[in-house]
Amino acid sequence: MPEKMPTMREAIESKGYSRRDFLRYCSAAAAIVGLESLGIPKVVRAFETKPRPPVIWLHFQECTCCSESFIRSTHPIVADVIFDYLSLDYTETLMAPSGFQAEKSYKDTITKYAGQYILLIEGSVPAGNDGVYCMIGGRSAESILQEAAKDAAAVIAWGSCASNGCVQSAKPNPTNATPIHKLIDKPVVKVPGCPPIADVMTGVITHLLVFGSTPELDSQGRPKEFYSRRVHDTCYRRPYYDAGLFVESFDDENARKGYCLYKVGCRGPVTYNACAVTRWNGGVSYPIQSGHGCLGCSENGYWDNGPFYQHLASFPGFGVESTADTIGTTVGIGAAAGVTAHAVATNIRKRKLIQKLKSESAELKEDSNEGGNN
Amino acid sequence: MTAEQKALYNRVYVWEFPVRLYHWLNGITVTLLIISGFLIGNPIRLFYANEAYQQYWFGTVRFIHFVSAYIFFFNFLVRIYWGFVGNTFARWSNFIPLKKKQWREIGQVLKVDILLADPSERMSVGHNSLAGFVYFLTFLAFAFQSLTGFALYSANSTSFFPRLFTWVIPLFGGDMAVRQWHHVFMWFFIVFIIIHLYLVFYHDYIEGRGTTSSMVGGWKFEKDEDLKNSND
Ligand code: HEM
Ligand code: HEM
Ligand code: SF4
Ligand code: SF4
Repeated sequence: MPEKMPTMREAIESKGYSRRDFLRYCSAAAAIVGLESLGIPKVVRAFETKPRPPVIWLHFQECTCCSESFIRSTHPIVADVIFDYLSLDYTETLMAPSGFQAEKSYKDTITKYAGQYILLIEGSVPAGNDGVYCMIGGRSAESILQEAAKDAAAVIAWGSCASNGCVQSAKPNPTNATPIHKLIDKPVVKVPGCPPIADVMTGVITHLLVFGSTPELDSQGRPKEFYSRRVHDTCYRRPYYDAGLFVESFDDENARKGYCLYKVGCRGPVTYNACAVTRWNGGVSYPIQSGHGCLGCSENGYWDNGPFYQHLASFPGFGVESTADTIGTTVGIGAAAGVTAHAVATNIRKRKLIQKLKSESAELKEDSNEGGNN
Repeated sequence: MTAEQKALYNRVYVWEFPVRLYHWLNGITVTLLIISGFLIGNPIRLFYANEAYQQYWFGTVRFIHFVSAYIFFFNFLVRIYWGFVGNTFARWSNFIPLKKKQWREIGQVLKVDILLADPSERMSVGHNSLAGFVYFLTFLAFAFQSLTGFALYSANSTSFFPRLFTWVIPLFGGDMAVRQWHHVFMWFFIVFIIIHLYLVFYHDYIEGRGTTSSMVGGWKFEKDEDLKNSND
């Protein structure tokens, strides 16, 4: 039998927060999920009545940058409270228990709160060689995933590893690192990024808590709230793009003027993320603002689309430096040269044919108009 | 010279007006798309040391690309339609070699074009079978370029038409890959145009029956004796 959980408000107040703190947090949460101020009571009501859901946060093949990002969300109160009110019943990095105790806490959560807990996953699952590349507590990542996903109320894939495979799945992908959505048949909310923006992470969780449902997703399974626009469409350097003013190299005059980074490889035009809007580290800056192009870290396959400092990726199979243009130019010149050689050869080899065509030409009578008035 | 040596030709109306209009609209828009697309992929250094509010040339290049793209796409749809209702020479059966005879002609054209042999049999007065097949591949490339192009464009636009193409992006795994392939296919068109122009002139030269001008006025010419041999 599932146990009754305290409501979020109770959880928050038991941590010593005042009602004022609680309401402050509710307004921040409402803003994050895109509600106007009239929507704040909705958030308050949800947090006062809904039970606090238990959370399991699993770590597979990853670098923990998602966790690192998460604990740095902008609103101290949001970050604080998220950790306090969400009972992180199991997460290898942050939980208090360890060893058998930790495993027990995990088992307890998935049995006691079957159908209620939120499953958060950081990292990809190595599907190669029966999963020996990632074993936790003597079990393969995949078997843990399957067990935990079975009774989860919602599954969230944190970061590009869990969403897309990320660098571990870079060619030739030796461990067959596989993103979560390919392994389980439940809907997965993908929150890609390397790491994802902290405020986007807390925003997705807040949405789940406030609305009790997963946010609306785009065609690739990412919440539209945060991933519906390209970095390029919200970039403050965009006017330079439209004006055709580009940085040519990182130390030129144009870089100092803050021109657009398109020609030095910026992936903003092909990347869907909230960086230019939310920014990082409490809204301080984001990569482009600091003078570096976007790497496209929230996009599938970004790790194989290098070199990062040229506009197009290199062409597979033709060496690192060759882009589609180098090959295209070669083929184009080849075609032009071939055609020229062909024209010369035609006039030599087809002498007779051309002679024949000429001999078929009709001749005009003397009194025609042609050739002047003689 | 004897009278028999003179060739007698009949005029054949091969390319109807919609085909010719399609061809030139297509030629112009593809050229504009290549030039503007090339600039989008490799912006040149122009008017540096200015401020953004003073100029908009890159935006204009993109605008030209998108306007040409719309004309190109709907023009292409008209040609697809005309392949079902146009004259024999415009029909789809010319483009997809399903008959033995078409394969034989492909073999002969390859001999004439590559081995530089002299033509031994009559060649179709419309597209020869090899040309038709290559145009078919070109039509597939047009379709590919339209799908990837409008998929990329859907990110810039909220209007319903480009939004119909959003499903293309997950097929490629993301916008980056779509862009990459869209760019690669530009080179297909550049190479196609070089070879196409050359072969049009070449066949005009060795067949002597008005190939080049046929796309302007619609007429080609067929010898008396060949007309008797033709059964299509
Ligand atoms: C000055 C430039 C051009 C000339 C003189 C020209 C001439 C011709 C001629 C004479 C034909 C008919 C050939 C035949 O009998 O098989 C033709 C067909 C064709 N050309 Fe061009 N062309 C030009 C440029 C282009 C360009 C830029 C494109 C675009 C990629 C293009 C695409 C095609 C296509 C797709 C066909 C098949 C037409 C159909 O049946 O719908 N051409 N062209
Ligand atoms: C023969 C046809 C076409 C050619 C040769 C062509 C070529 C190109 C090239 C070379 C690029 C630059 C890619 C890069 O390096 O980033 C490009 C970009 C683009 N093309 Fe095309 N294209 C064609 C048709 C179309 C069509 C039909 C559309 C439909 C709307 C389209 C929409 C776009 C868009 C949206 C971009 C990205 C522009 C940006 O983000 O600023 N293209 N095209
Ligand atoms: S810096 Fe990047 S994201 Fe910003 S406008 Fe230029 S290309 Fe777009
Ligand atoms: S700017 Fe691009 S690469 Fe950088 S964090 Fe944002 S999405 Fe990732």
